[in-house]
Amino acid sequence: MSTTPATDPHALAGTVPNARITKKILVLGATSGIAEATCRIWAAQGAQLFLVARNAEKLAAVAADLKTRGASYIGTAVADLDDTDKHPELLSHAVNSLTGLDVAYLAHGILGDQATGERDFEHAAQILHTNFVAPVSLLTWLANFCAQRHAGVLAVISSVAGDRVRKSNYLYGSSKAGLSAFLAGLRNRIDREGVTVLTIKPGPVATAMTAHMNVKKADVNVVAKSIVAAIDRKADVVYVPGIWQIIMFVVRSIPERVFKKLNL
Amino acid sequence: MPPAVEPEAISANSASSAPAHSESVPPPTSEPGELQSFESWGRYPKYKARVIPLHWQSDFPAVVAGMHDSVLPVGLGRSYGDVGLLKDGTLLQTTGMDRLLAFDAETGILTAESGISLAQILDFAVPRGFFLPVTPGTKYVTLGGAIANDIHGKNHEYAGSFGCHVPCFELVRSDGTRMLCSQAENPDWYAATIGGMGLTGLISWAQLRLKPIVSRAMDCDHIQFHGIDEWLSLKQQYTAAEYNVSWIDCTSTGKNFARGIFMAGDHAKLPGELKPSPDPKLVFPMDAPGFALNRLSVAAFNALYFHKQFKPHVKASIDYEPYFYPLDKILRWNRLYGANGLVQFQYAIPWEHAKEGTIAILREIAKSGLASFLAVLKAFGDIPSLGLMSFPCPGIMFALDFPIKEATFPLLERLGDMTLEFGGRLYPAKDAAMTPHQFQTFYPEWQQFARFKDPAITSSFWERVTT
Repeated sequence: MSTTPATDPHALAGTVPNARITKKILVLGATSGIAEATCRIWAAQGAQLFLVARNAEKLAAVAADLKTRGASYIGTAVADLDDTDKHPELLSHAVNSLTGLDVAYLAHGILGDQATGERDFEHAAQILHTNFVAPVSLLTWLANFCAQRHAGVLAVISSVAGDRVRKSNYLYGSSKAGLSAFLAGLRNRIDREGVTVLTIKPGPVATAMTAHMNVKKADVNVVAKSIVAAIDRKADVVYVPGIWQIIMFVVRSIPERVFKKLNL
Repeated sequence: MPPAVEPEAISANSASSAPAHSESVPPPTSEPGELQSFESWGRYPKYKARVIPLHWQSDFPAVVAGMHDSVLPVGLGRSYGDVGLLKDGTLLQTTGMDRLLAFDAETGILTAESGISLAQILDFAVPRGFFLPVTPGTKYVTLGGAIANDIHGKNHEYAGSFGCHVPCFELVRSDGTRMLCSQAENPDWYAATIGGMGLTGLISWAQLRLKPIVSRAMDCDHIQFHGIDEWLSLKQQYTAAEYNVSWIDCTSTGKNFARGIFMAGDHAKLPGELKPSPDPKLVFPMDAPGFALNRLSVAAFNALYFHKQFKPHVKASIDYEPYFYPLDKILRWNRLYGANGLVQFQYAIPWEHAKEGTIAILREIAKSGLASFLAVLKAFGDIPSLGLMSFPCPGIMFALDFPIKEATFPLLERLGDMTLEFGGRLYPAKDAAMTPHQFQTFYPEWQQFARFKDPAITSSFWERVTT
């Protein structure tokens, strides 16, 4: 085997592309299908990642994969993000491990069961807590951290379901509508501090979460590429795939007296 | 379309390094729990099954707890016949289990979950200067499928079959038992699972020994031959090349009988590009009409293909993608055979009767007028397979696709019997037609193998050939 790096591809194995500009990224809900696909792109770029998820075994598999693909640092923490009391400790541990923060990516959430939630307030409250209250808690800490340093991107997965909430999933939809609204307000507050708040609105994406849904779903890798690009250009709101921006424009413009009669 | 693909492909998909996407396999059309159509590559036979996607190593056997149905682990559906089908049962699709777990650049050993595709492995390995030790004619097969069918490639004489490069894997049984399998640990389970058609349990992860390359490029020699004797002498001449495969014209008789093109190849020795491959763009848009492949169109194609090289011997340097995966450029090319689908006939006949057997079978095929243009001739080498039920044996291997027609099945039974007479065997991963008698004679170890079968797992193939 040659010893000249220029001609020896094996000398390149394991090296980090773009080593000078590796991003420091905190991923909350790292075992979600969309988060994992996004992290694979970042890992191949040599990013430094801190991953948080609830299930230790799944988190270990994702961490091993991202490390193998080229992430220059992987930190992990097992945590149930519903437990908002633990958020400050968790987040400060994460940014200390990363020695900084360029991107915080909030990707956790549950679909819940609409029918159960219609009967049982406890389940309805659970959906709202996981999808809305917990992100608000995380973002309160993260927004203040970033605002103080006048830097950072807070990229948060909301949903097209929050753009016009309909009967078949209005609990999930309203939790995401609340989240989107919160993000708009937060953006209005801290954009002037140099902090980007990105609202990500995916349509149905083919992942474990939607495996039971009988609808046309987007390829998770295509969605992940769009998310990485939106973060890089510091966008405010991104629909993934982009077609959903047009679809939701139309759906939002349906008058309520018509919409309330529809079966959506 | 270049037909000289070696079509020993098993399961399918995804050209990106990210999680598998669903371009080349039709997505499930209904909810899991409902019966839906899940096609094998030959699109014959057509059976319905429930499909449960596995995303995590811990999903099996948890997802089937309390289920009374039989199950079958499947990958990307690139097996041709019914080895990857289970009529009215539950298929456990592993493509969501596609994580890399470790890579050692010193030894080239990659550890990955079993649902990762060879395409995904290549996207990871090639930029790092590594390549698959053995590759079939499509990269859209899973690691688990490659082990379960102990697939082979154009370098069988040089490298043996796929299982020879899998030092160890984990096997999960439906009762929850997890076994580390290698030649040292649980060696009988290791041997039963390599080539075990997915019947011994679920392979959750496996190790694969990659080999170093310095370039994407392949140095190739394309040489015309007329007849089996000329082919055999070309083989003698080109023993130094790692890869060789031949396309053979199965429609011509008389002086053009058994003409073909011998294709030898090696990874380029000079350092070159190692960038990853672009995603495939073309998808065969719809089922071709039934008359598209007929005696005249196939004969015309074969004549054109034979004469596409103006000189009897051409040397070329080409990228590994068109060299190994010419048909992967067009996703779902199996639609060319129309909605009825296709079957493949693939045999291996030991050297003792290899030549006479091949000539006799080629004559029978030419006489039938049913042949298509995807015909492959190659020799299997002496490196023994590690699997109890592995297909390769030293001798001649031949593979040919047939469109499904009424006359196809009587012909296949005749060809199967001829293979049996010449002491050969057929390849379960390609088969939709062998009889129980044929299978049990081809694979006398089948009863010994049956002891390792997981009681919850079966396939339509196994039910067909063991009753």
